[in-house]
Order: sequence, then C-alpha cells, then structure tokens
Amino acid sequence: MNKILLIIKREYLVRVRNKTFILSTILTPLLFAGLITAVTFISIKKVDQEKIAVIDNSGMLEGKIENTKALTFEFPKGVDSTNYIQKGYTALLYTPGGNVQGYKLISKKQFGMVAEGQLEDKINETLENQLLKSKYNVDLKELEAERKKAGSVSIDQTYQEGSEVKKGNSKLAYGIGYGCGFLIYITLLIYGNMVMRGVSEEKTNRIAEVIISSVKPFQLMIGKIIGIGAVGLTQFFIWIILLVGLMTAATAVLSKDTLKQAQESTQQMPGGSMQAASGATGGFDAISETLGQANWVLIIGCFLFYFLFGYLFYASLFAAVGSTVNEDAQDAQSLQLPITMPIIVSIIIMINAITNPSGTLATWASLIPFCSPIVMMARIPFGVPGTVPYWQLILSMVLLVAGFLFTTWLSAKIYRTGILMYGKKAGWKEMWKWAFRSN
Amino acid sequence: MQLLQLRNLKKYYATQKAVDDISFSIEQGSIFGLLGPNGAGKTTLLRMITGIFYPDEGEIIFNDKKFDPLNDTLFIGYMPEERGLYKKMKIGEQALYLARLKGLSKNEAMEKIKYWFTKLGMESWWNKKVEDLSKGMSQKLQFVTTVLHEPKLIILDEPFSGLDPVNANLIKDEIFELARKGSTIIFSTHRMEQVEEICDHIVLVNQGKKILDGTVQGIKQQFKENLFRVQLSDIPSEVRSDAFEVTKHSEGQLTVKINEGSTSNDVLRYFINENATIEAFNEILPSLNEVFIKQVEGTKTTRQFQKVVA
Repeated sequence: MNKILLIIKREYLVRVRNKTFILSTILTPLLFAGLITAVTFISIKKVDQEKIAVIDNSGMLEGKIENTKALTFEFPKGVDSTNYIQKGYTALLYTPGGNVQGYKLISKKQFGMVAEGQLEDKINETLENQLLKSKYNVDLKELEAERKKAGSVSIDQTYQEGSEVKKGNSKLAYGIGYGCGFLIYITLLIYGNMVMRGVSEEKTNRIAEVIISSVKPFQLMIGKIIGIGAVGLTQFFIWIILLVGLMTAATAVLSKDTLKQAQESTQQMPGGSMQAASGATGGFDAISETLGQANWVLIIGCFLFYFLFGYLFYASLFAAVGSTVNEDAQDAQSLQLPITMPIIVSIIIMINAITNPSGTLATWASLIPFCSPIVMMARIPFGVPGTVPYWQLILSMVLLVAGFLFTTWLSAKIYRTGILMYGKKAGWKEMWKWAFRSN
Repeated sequence: MQLLQLRNLKKYYATQKAVDDISFSIEQGSIFGLLGPNGAGKTTLLRMITGIFYPDEGEIIFNDKKFDPLNDTLFIGYMPEERGLYKKMKIGEQALYLARLKGLSKNEAMEKIKYWFTKLGMESWWNKKVEDLSKGMSQKLQFVTTVLHEPKLIILDEPFSGLDPVNANLIKDEIFELARKGSTIIFSTHRMEQVEEICDHIVLVNQGKKILDGTVQGIKQQFKENLFRVQLSDIPSEVRSDAFEVTKHSEGQLTVKINEGSTSNDVLRYFINENATIEAFNEILPSLNEVFIKQVEGTKTTRQFQKVVA
C-alpha cells in the first residue's frame, strides 16, 4: 500500500509540476474568459454610420423611413450614381423603374451582412407600415404597443418531484447536461491517452523492468492510473475556482448597462444561429436567476462520480494498450481505436439522448458502463428522480463500479505480460490470450 | 552458506522452453557468473530470481527460506540489461524514488544517496535530468540505484556495456568491495574476459539447459588439452618424441600437446637431453571464451521455435 502511495505521488507531482500542465490549467479559463469578453466588447462597439442617399421615385419612403444606429437616410436633390460620393454619401439607393420591389444599392464598398439586413428590414417595415395604414388604417406603432401590453406567450414549466412542485427549465437542463457530457467525453480521451502514453513510455524507457523488480505490476499500473486521475481532479478544481473568480470579476467590471447593450446588439444580428446564441447567452440576469434552480449539489456530486469511475473504467484499458506498444507509435493508434470508439459512440448517443432524456435509448445507454458516464451525466440535470428514477441512477452507478473492477482485472493481466514483452508486436488476439491465461 | 538455491526451475513459453530444468546454488559473498549465448534463457532465469516471473515448476530457496517475491525483492537489487530510467525526472528525485520503492525511509535513502553520489563523483548531478546524461553517466546512475538499498543479492545484467575503461574499472572495484562486504553478486554477460577476471563461480546455460557449472579454475582444468608452451633460446631443427607432439611452431616458441601417459616432466627431460636451453615453460589453459565457443558451437546458435508439450 505504501508503495502504491509512492507511485501515485510521483505520477502526480511529475505531471503537476510540468510547465505545460501549469500553462494549460491557467490559460484555458483565461482564454475562455478573454474570448467571451472580446466578443462582448466587439458587439457593443459603435457601428460605423452609413449615410445613404435615396432617390425615391415612388414616394413611399421619404419622410417615413426611420434612421437606425447604423444607417441614416437622406433624400437630397441632384444626386445620382456619378456624384454621390463627392456629396458625402456612402451609398445610393434607388428604384430603377419605380417598382417598389426592386431596390438597387450602389456603394463604394461592399455592405456588411448586418447593414444589408437592417436596410432590408427597414425598407420592408416602412412599406408594410404604409400598406397597413392605407388599407386597414392600422398604425404599426400602436399595434406594437398593444402587443407589448399583452405580453408574449412563454411556457412556465413546473413538475412534481415527490410532494414538491419544482419549477422546470428544460433549456437550462439541456445546457448543463450537454456541458457535463461533453466535459466527461473530453477528459476521458485526454486523461486516458495520458495513461497510455505514460505506460508505453515506461515500457520503451525500460524503466518498467526496474520498477517491477521492486513492486508488483498491478501496483505500478493502479498507482499510475490514480496519480493521473488526481491530476485531472486538480485541474477541474483549479478551473472551477478560476471560472468562479473570473465570473465574479466580470460582473463587477462590466456594468449592467454594458451587458444589456451587448445583449441588444447581439439580438440585432440576423440569422437563426445568432438568435439562438443570444438566447442562450443573453439574459444574464435570467441565467443567474435560473442557475439557482439547478440542483448543483446533486449535479456536481454525480459529475465527480461519473468522471472518476468513467475515467477508472477506461484508464485501465488504455494502460493495457499502452503496455503492448513497442517503439512504434503507429501501433498505439490502431490498438487504441477499439477503446476510443465506445467513447465516441457515447457522445453520439448523448447528443441524441439529450433531446429525449426519458427515451429508451437514453435509459439503456445510461445503464451500460461503456457509455453511462457520458449519457447519464446528460440526463441528470433534467431531474432526479423525475427524469432519472433512483433505481436507474443506483443501478447505473453499481454497474459502472462493477465494470471498472472488471476492466481493471482484465487489464492488469494484459499489462503484466505486455509491459515486459519486447520486440513482438501484440495484436488483440494475443492480448486476449494473455488476459485469460492461468498465471 | 548458500544464499540462493535454484531447484529444477522450469519456465515454458508457448513456443519454447525458455528455462528447462535448471538447478544451481550460489554461495553468500561470491561473485557468480551466469553465462550463455543470446536467447539462452538468462533473462528469463534472472526474472524468476527477481520475482518478476513465477516459475512453472521447481523452487527457489533464498536465504534458507522459500523465495517470497513480495518481501524478498527488497533484498535484491536488479540492474537489467536494457537500462531504464525516467528521462524527464531529476536525478536526485529519481534515486530517492527508486530507493523508497525498495522500502527505505526518506532519511535513510537520502543518507545512502549522498554517500554513493559523493563516492562516485556525482554530487553535481542532483538537479539534472537523465536526458542530460551521457550513456556512460546514466549507466553509473543505474548502478547506484541498484545497490543503494544494500541488497543481499545484486543482479547485474551486462553492467559494463557502454562504459569507458576508467568508469568500468570504477564499477568493477565497487563490485569487488560489495562482495567483500558480504553481498552476493550475480553477473550475467557474454564477455568472457570480464568473467575470468571477476567471477569465482560460473554456470553456462544454452537453450534453456545448464551445460557447465563450476569455478573458473575448475572449468579451465576440466577443458584443458594438455598444451604447454616451451620457450627455447635455440630451437633444435628436428623435434621428435613419443611423449608429445608439436602443434605450433613460432619464433623461439613451441606449443606442444602431451600424449596420454606422459607428463610435463617428460617434455622437459627431452629438451634437456637435446641440450636446448629452456627459457620458459608453462601450461596453456583454455580461455573461457574457447570453452564457451566449444560448448555452444554445434548447437543452433539462434533458438528454434518449437511446439512445447508440457
């Protein structure tokens, strides 16, 4: 036991003191925060004013079109396509045949998507406005005001959990579930690979033989796996602290107005994806409000459990593969595939399952140890025991722990033979034989 | 007292009998040579002694008790043929780590490391990394980490490969000193001149079987061919005797093979009678190299894969 501790300590310290670890641990959240800040600031930056000269033959626009932040409309006399630049306009808008559908824009530069979108919206709005007014005698402004008074529809979800009625928020659950599943997916791959490289490095360095003359192969393997797992937990811990710190700092520095402004300007952007993004990022107040609704203790607790045991489940398999690798890194790639495949399949199932967290696929996949860490983590934010009954959660955890014990037992046998086997390229068939040999 | 006894050890792999019924014993404090051509089964044998492999059959008696790989490995220091150290780890920390894996406490380990580093002039290496060392330097470090915990049994697989003569001598002196202090040393190599120089007792294995076992002198005697070298001031033009035959004739020297039933005195008597002045007369014992080659020759030098029916 004492020796395993020594090995864990070495594996942990060597990695934590590594410059790349320190840099990536500190830089990743900073980069993340920097990116968000940069996007925010760019979006609230003052948009260039475009002065547009309009030759309005139809008379539909003059005096009726409103200026926007980015666009100013003027109706000068004696301006045509040859002299609008000299007169200080950036663009000329005209209707060639007096046809209101076919507006033409001449400018000295290509208009951006935002400006073009705004221009189209503005013209449409003006024309629509006039149409409504002339045909139905409706003032759009009044209509808008009425609509605001009435308020638009949004579904207020509540659900029953035991005797308690809880306020639901499927969007939030979706976000958290997706984030957790993805984080586990990435960490499984990163730390699994770290274990594999560590083992194959020990083998090719020939240090394995020296160590194994002092400790049992299993001790070396489990020590490495636990040491690297501890590195992963440390990294998460630092990230959480840094992110919380940065969030606090950001909300302190950025005033509410700036945030609102940022929100508005993102909403002004055209395109569905942008709208969705602003829906998710926008409403800072709403987010911090709804974040409080999630059961954080349960989510973080389960996350740590599924990260840890998911990692342990896969890490020993990665160690087994690492032990069979010789100098050729190419071998590792092909041997690694059967292990990375289930992880990749899990993320595909997860993306599917999160849209229907109580479905058959989601339920089954969250029980099977190969994919349960990723899929179950995507379901938990939807509510326990609402979406995930207790028996499913417990069964999933028990199966994962059992799975981890099984893969560790299996890998230890492969590892024990592989780590001392040189020169020969081991295939899956061989590893299978090593695993089920009697001694 | 015998520190280590191997009794009918067997280890079969799927396609070959790596170790096939080998027994021998090693005296405490002796330097023991385990010889054999490539692929003879030396490494497998050593790995069983170090507790890395379990024998299929037979038993190992260590220190008068049945070998217990879990605890007895603390009394063994093993330096494998292929050196292995963590390249990116600092040398001091590495030595400390390996010593502690052998069960030394931190203070004990530090004390011993300081002693050895000072002794071999390695004090300035502490904060360097192994990747900064030359091959010979890392060899020295590997040797230190092997003997640091004062093992009763030290197993050195080709300890001099890659060392220059000065450093090789340094290590050789340390080996002698360790043996004098009571450590038993198993020395595995195929460099015969080193074996003659260092070892008290040798065992030769080939194709998984023991083919020779004895002291260096004993084996040389066993394989001597009754050859003598006679140095004469003036070689007679014709040498003819019933007692011996001349096998080689060179400048001022004759190599003679004594026939059965005669002794070296008969050779001397002949030359005295011939009135030749004898300047030197000595027996030519075969070198271990010759014995080795003679024993191994004729067998297939590379191992053939065969189906094992165990």
